[in-house]
Amino acid sequence: MNTKMEQNCFHCGLPVPATASYSVDINGRQEPMCCRGCQAVAQAIVNNGLTAFYEQRTGVSPKGSEQLPEILKQMELYDRQDLQNSFVEINENEVREASLMLEGIVCSACVWLNEKHVNALPGVVEFHINYSTQRARLRWDDSQIHLSDILKAISEIGYIAHPYNPDHQEQIHRKERQKSLRRIFIAGIGMMQVMTFAVALYAGAYQDMDQTTKIFFWWISLLIATPVVLYAAQPFFVSAWRDLKSRHLGMDVPVSLAIGGAYLASVWATVTQQGEVYFDSVSMFTFFLLTGRFLEMSARQRAGQAAEELMRLLPAFALRKTAEGEEMIPVADLVVGDQVVIKPGDIVPVDGTVVEGSSSVDESLLTGESKALRRINGDFLVGGSVNIESPLLMRVDKIGEETVHASIVRLLDRAQTEKPEIARIADRVAGWFVAALLIVATVVAWWWWQHAPEDAFWIVLATLVVTCPCALSLATPAAIAAATSTLTRLGVLTTRGHALETLSRVNHIVFDKTGTLTEGRLKLEQIKILHESDEVSCLAIAAALESWSEHPIAKILSRNKSKTITATGINAIAGKGVEGIIDNRRYRIGSYDFVSGLYTDAVDPVTSDRRCSQVYLGNEKHMLAVFILSDAIRTGAQEALRTIKKQGIAIHLLSGDDSETVESVAQTLELQNYKARMLPEDKLAYVQDLQSKGHVVAMVGDGVNDAPVLARAQVSLAMGGGTQLAHASADMILLSEELQHLPESIHMARRTLGIIRQNLFWAVLYNVTAIPLAASGFIAPWMAALGMSASSLLVVLNALRLKKLTGQ
Amino acid sequence: MPSLYLIVPIVILLVALAVWLFMWAVKSGQFEDLEGPAHRILLDDDLKPDQEKDKNPD
Repeated sequence: MNTKMEQNCFHCGLPVPATASYSVDINGRQEPMCCRGCQAVAQAIVNNGLTAFYEQRTGVSPKGSEQLPEILKQMELYDRQDLQNSFVEINENEVREASLMLEGIVCSACVWLNEKHVNALPGVVEFHINYSTQRARLRWDDSQIHLSDILKAISEIGYIAHPYNPDHQEQIHRKERQKSLRRIFIAGIGMMQVMTFAVALYAGAYQDMDQTTKIFFWWISLLIATPVVLYAAQPFFVSAWRDLKSRHLGMDVPVSLAIGGAYLASVWATVTQQGEVYFDSVSMFTFFLLTGRFLEMSARQRAGQAAEELMRLLPAFALRKTAEGEEMIPVADLVVGDQVVIKPGDIVPVDGTVVEGSSSVDESLLTGESKALRRINGDFLVGGSVNIESPLLMRVDKIGEETVHASIVRLLDRAQTEKPEIARIADRVAGWFVAALLIVATVVAWWWWQHAPEDAFWIVLATLVVTCPCALSLATPAAIAAATSTLTRLGVLTTRGHALETLSRVNHIVFDKTGTLTEGRLKLEQIKILHESDEVSCLAIAAALESWSEHPIAKILSRNKSKTITATGINAIAGKGVEGIIDNRRYRIGSYDFVSGLYTDAVDPVTSDRRCSQVYLGNEKHMLAVFILSDAIRTGAQEALRTIKKQGIAIHLLSGDDSETVESVAQTLELQNYKARMLPEDKLAYVQDLQSKGHVVAMVGDGVNDAPVLARAQVSLAMGGGTQLAHASADMILLSEELQHLPESIHMARRTLGIIRQNLFWAVLYNVTAIPLAASGFIAPWMAALGMSASSLLVVLNALRLKKLTGQ
Repeated sequence: MPSLYLIVPIVILLVALAVWLFMWAVKSGQFEDLEGPAHRILLDDDLKPDQEKDKNPD
């Protein structure tokens, strides 16, 4: 960039425009601020004595925005009784309780800042933020303070809080989590205790422990292992029973068989005081399996939460036009046929048709189209899009479940349920395994019953224990759990169990452009001076004019606004540009045709380059400058893509943007396969086509429009900064936003698959060698128990090797 | 080994106590946010801006 930008904003970390002069006194130093919004936020933090926040934070804060009076007024609607019914609980003595979703939390210092600030307000009884979920519980005394005051206080320090209704789902999740934790704990502590006695028993077998002590230890082990089997291992039995009822053999069937069988045999041994007990193996096996499942559940719940936050895309209130005037009502109360006023900057609440006014709208959240679209009388408006320039009057056509927004969510749901093919394959293998196991056990039982009926029971038991699929069923989950936690440390969140397994087999990767390979926001790339002027003054003039417009491009240019230059006689023309007078001179900024209409001198037009957005600035005499804005490619993208190619994976680029933009990005990144102007349906078809040729496809995207494709691809990754819907439909989330982590994840996935293969090989080898030995009566039951525990441990330890992050 | 008959029941009692304690902890929501408290302890609530020099610089 050509402009001078040495300083970064102390609050949000964005570069400070050359013409800006905002600063705040923090701990005796004048710190630079990039805009009035950041200045106000930082000042509020200083005034409340919370400057420790700046020293403790580990991430940059979200950019502060000015508190517009209409937004503050909108917050007051949250105080209305009828509206509070849906999300506020009223306790005794006017104390009310609500749940808030917080936007802008980036590090622990943000949590501290919010809690400190809100708890200091008179009338707030309790404000507690859950760091993991970024949601807060708020209790306040309504006779002293109103909800809107608290929301305002939060926005004052630069965060946004939305009250929401903690629905059914969230409570179910909480219960599920608590139940799993209890089970893991019971299994864990049971395992430790039983192991203590087991060690004594193993040692006693060599040192001639007397029979009474041995039996005493058995009874104690039985006492401790019983809750482990009956309570902790319950989910396996329940799911195995469900499998059996639906006549198919899943992995839980052999698992339950092993746990139940070994436990019952041990109980029998204890009661009859002969044979061997396996309480230690049973507890240990249960504990390992439960832990693996808990980790998987946590990741899944975290992803599920994101889907719920999707509703934030839509506003809570709408401005309805009635015969008496305009009134603010909850969106839920809108009915078909209502007329709704949508001001510039507002989000369209439901689907409808424009009846009055014309403006451009940004549908990028829904369609991925990064350029604004013109909408005039009679045009269709999609709920979730943003009105940019001028007010629109809309007639409500569709509400609730019928909107496009809701249908995208449904499309996603369906794609998600169609998915778990890989899981089914694993289950089918387990089915064969358990069938084979039962046949072998029956044959062994029958044979020994014929030849030595007194030994038959113990030999059959040893066979069953030896063939216990513990190692086999731990082989995959243990490796995946270890790899997942390593990747999470790297900033790659795995939300579905199969993701790694599939990622390792991927041979085609499909990328979205905007927000994935590029930063996803326009940046001022270059200023071309056309006529005796300099960059600083051109920028200042542009900023003065553009500060009157709500257009996204205008917002970028107006960041350089200075106090000395102001424009008068502003005339903003939708879809064209802005005209204004500065120092008695008329200027225009906007499209080429619009600006060149101001002067008569024919100046040769600048060669149009449609790869980037261009904004022209001119006065009554001639064209002054052209501002070139483009969406920059992410740093490290080129390198990352090169590494992926080296891994033998074909790369595709599919974008909703126009062909010139896509072509230029593809050229920079040396990509041969690219397609422009792709609608979500086209992307879906493209991926399906690849899949029908037998390829394993990974999709990397960020937008709502990518969601169906993300769900359709065998494995999908969403960018951390992407929309919530993309997060919800992806199997993995690149929280780090570093494309370089993508080839690393693929490498990790391949290593994981290697470990899984080793584990499976070991487990099968163990079972295959042990079965004939046990069946022929060479293995005493206690040896079988030791072997079963040892084989499981070996598998777990092998999997733990994935905890180490090795370079490629 | 009569001491075993005393020690083992004591162990069982201790385990029962541990289980009860854990159940109470789960029920009171102490496992709901596993990351927050780790960070929260580092941010001293009583810290006033003028006391900041006492703190370790990092």
